[in-house]
Amino acid sequence: MTVSSTVRLQREPFDVAAEAAKLSRGRADVGAVVTFTGICRGSEEGEPIAALTLEHYPGMAEAEIQRHVEEARSRWPISGVTVIHRYGRIAPGEDIVMVVTASSHRQAAFAAAEFLMDYLKTRAPFWKQVEKAGGKTWVDAKTSDDTAAERWRAPRAAE
Amino acid sequence: MKLRYFAWVRERVGKPEEDIDVPANVHTAGELMTWLSGRGEEYAHAFANPKIIRVAIDRNHVQPGAAIGKASEIAFFPPMTGG
Repeated sequence: MTVSSTVRLQREPFDVAAEAAKLSRGRADVGAVVTFTGICRGSEEGEPIAALTLEHYPGMAEAEIQRHVEEARSRWPISGVTVIHRYGRIAPGEDIVMVVTASSHRQAAFAAAEFLMDYLKTRAPFWKQVEKAGGKTWVDAKTSDDTAAERWRAPRAAE
Repeated sequence: MKLRYFAWVRERVGKPEEDIDVPANVHTAGELMTWLSGRGEEYAHAFANPKIIRVAIDRNHVQPGAAIGKASEIAFFPPMTGG
C-alpha cells in the first residue's frame, strides 16, 4: 500500500478541501477520509479576543509531528495522512490546524485523526498567545488535553 | 552549548537563544535550570517554578533528569498549547 504522508508548518492559510481531495484522488483503495480543522474562536471565557499568535520551535515542531504521524501509521492501516499547522498571527474565524487521514474503512481514519490531534495539543512545540482588550497573555495548558492524550497509552487490547 | 527559550520563558529570560559554556559539574537538564537561575534576576524569574518547565535536548522531549552530555541544543519552554 502506498502511503502518502505530509507534514507542513506555514504562516499562510490552507485549503482543507483541496488537501483532503489529494488523499483519495486516483486511488481505488481509499474508502474513508476524515478531516479535522481547528479554528480560532472569537472569544475566550466570555471575553472577545482580537487574535491568537502562535509561536513554534522550528525544526522540532516538524520532527515531533512527524514522529506521531509514524506512530499513527504503525497503529492503524491508514493510506494517507496530512497535517498542516499554522503559526504567526491568526484572527478569529481563521483556521489554525488541519489533520486529514485516509483509510479503506472509517474506524482507522477516525482513530488516527483523533490520536494525532490529541498528541499535537500536548507534545508539538507550539504556544498560543491571546490578544484581548486588556493586552496579550499566554494560554495555559489544559489538564483535559493531557488526559485526552494519555488515553492513547491504554493497552492495545482495548483498540 | 546552544540554549533556546520559547514563549514566556523566552520573554522572561529576555532573549530567544544564546551560546553558553556549561560548567562541568552540571550534568542534567534539571541541574542546568538550577544553574541558570543563579545567573541573574531574569533567569531566576524564568526558572522560578522548574517543575512546569519542559525541556528538549536536540529537539526531543526529555525529563529533567536527562543527561545533557554532548547535546548541541537544549530548549526550555512552558507546557505546549498548539493544535
